Amino acid sequence: MSLTRNDVEGIAHLARLEITEPELPVYVASLSKILAFVEQLNAADTAAVEPMAHPLEGETQRLRPDAVTERDQHEKYQANAAEVAAGLYVVPKVIE
Amino acid sequence: MTLHTRSVAELAAGLAAKQFSAVELAQHYLARIEAGNPALNAFVTISAERALADARRADAARAAGRAGPLTGVPLAHKDIFCTDGIRTTCGSKMLDTFVAPYDATVAERLQVAGTVLLGKTNMDEFAMGSSNETSYYGAVKNPWNLRKVPGGSSGGSAAAVAARLAPVATGTDTGGSIRQPAALVGISGLKPTYGRVSRYGMVAFASSLDQAGILAPSAEDCAILLGAIAGFDPRDSTSVDRPVPDYLAELRAPLKGVRLGLLKEFLEGGLEAATGALVQAAIAELQSLGATLVDVSCPSLPLSVPAYYVVAPAECSSNLSRFDGIRFGHRCKQPRDLLDLYRRSRGEGFGAEVKRRIMTGTYVLSAGYYDAYYLKAQKVRSLISAEFKQAFTRADVLVGPTAPTPAFDIGAKVDDPITMYLNDIYTIGANLAGLPAMSVPCGFVDDLPVGLQLVGPHFGESRILAAAHAYQLATDFHRRLPASCA
Repeated sequence: MSLTRNDVEGIAHLARLEITEPELPVYVASLSKILAFVEQLNAADTAAVEPMAHPLEGETQRLRPDAVTERDQHEKYQANAAEVAAGLYVVPKVIE
Repeated sequence: MTLHTRSVAELAAGLAAKQFSAVELAQHYLARIEAGNPALNAFVTISAERALADARRADAARAAGRAGPLTGVPLAHKDIFCTDGIRTTCGSKMLDTFVAPYDATVAERLQVAGTVLLGKTNMDEFAMGSSNETSYYGAVKNPWNLRKVPGGSSGGSAAAVAARLAPVATGTDTGGSIRQPAALVGISGLKPTYGRVSRYGMVAFASSLDQAGILAPSAEDCAILLGAIAGFDPRDSTSVDRPVPDYLAELRAPLKGVRLGLLKEFLEGGLEAATGALVQAAIAELQSLGATLVDVSCPSLPLSVPAYYVVAPAECSSNLSRFDGIRFGHRCKQPRDLLDLYRRSRGEGFGAEVKRRIMTGTYVLSAGYYDAYYLKAQKVRSLISAEFKQAFTRADVLVGPTAPTPAFDIGAKVDDPITMYLNDIYTIGANLAGLPAMSVPCGFVDDLPVGLQLVGPHFGESRILAAAHAYQLATDFHRRLPASCA
């Protein structure tokens, strides 16, 4: 599998990553190599195999009762944000 | 006997016998960190004030007759575990100023047990790497040879314990990130069964593979620490609700009659001859101690690396989408609009390897490719898991090398991701199948340590710890220290 510059730009957009001009050819080459490497998987006959959803047989994702377990610590949590006003996270204008 | 050459068990005994106080012990290790860390770069953050406060509390608890087995024992956390009030960087510019508002369960349990936090250790960025060269804070050096890597991603924890800047450290293992660095620096490293240790507050990389564990001077020390961190946690939905055995008591189970399984595939895959010879000698030693040897095979194991490099990047691309530049983490200057904020904050905050994995994952999960890559890899994972299960009908413990070679030169593999990924060829299988596994030192090639890997069935930590302990009672590789640290 060989990727083009366009492919990598498309993937970077989906992943919301800015990739600079000098980085682009490096990612085109290394991502192509990685995809070629993982194509070895096609050698395995998996026609009758179920995909593995959990490493432990019989275990499933546990659910908890839908009850409040946390106390309000929004000031402590928001101390890590770049911009906060009136207890809200501030972002650039979204709707014109 | 100097303090830092003692194991955790010996330090705990010394504290209990009041040969030294927790404050004296903390001061001893803080002085060692101050002297030794500039050359190794093993620590991102040194928490001296916190360590001394923890130590004073430990001494007070002992004076009041409330000391437990770990009260006053110093340790370091891989900087992937959230610590309330002390920054948690995950080796990334993205989290350079992040101070977690809560403790990871692992950190909390160890604090409740009375341990003393020396600091947070360097690591590959977001635990993505096998050499500790992808850290935003620079490469960690191997204490046995400063031109060599310490392995990764728990490279800082590994180097810190190997150089005895800390008596023990926590780590995480998604594809070998505890075992491979433990092997490359000559210490013991344990990755428990998936779900055995809570991952609450441990920055997520690949959620179907990640597990927390221990890097320590000996298997006995791994057993002591595992007992303190293992167990059910309602705050982690993958945590398994099963009783925690007395790992220390079960350590003494005899090797006689234990069936060791030598996986044929563990002797292939680029295994260097001198490393292979030491592993074979270690297996012979285990046999001389009473174990029997059976040949087993896991024919799909060579596909573990390609399967991993679909599953892990896919899960990482999803997990790391939380870093949006808004709620926490790096934010770019003067964003034009929301899209620009996302793209530049993430483009600037993440390093090259993390971006490569996010993009690999985004691609394999994208419309039209999901079945061909992700679903296919999950099916191969089922095959590998079933083959391991089959192997465990004939063997109690699987044995083999931890890594194909001893530590390599810093810079040697940074330009070729595939060569770097193949370092984990013997370790990834246990993560894909969710099995407990550990590495213990089994000799030296050109003055560089080599690790023996032991893999157990689900929740078989006691078995591999007991085999490793029996081996360490008969050998002294785990007691050897780099010349500069003795």
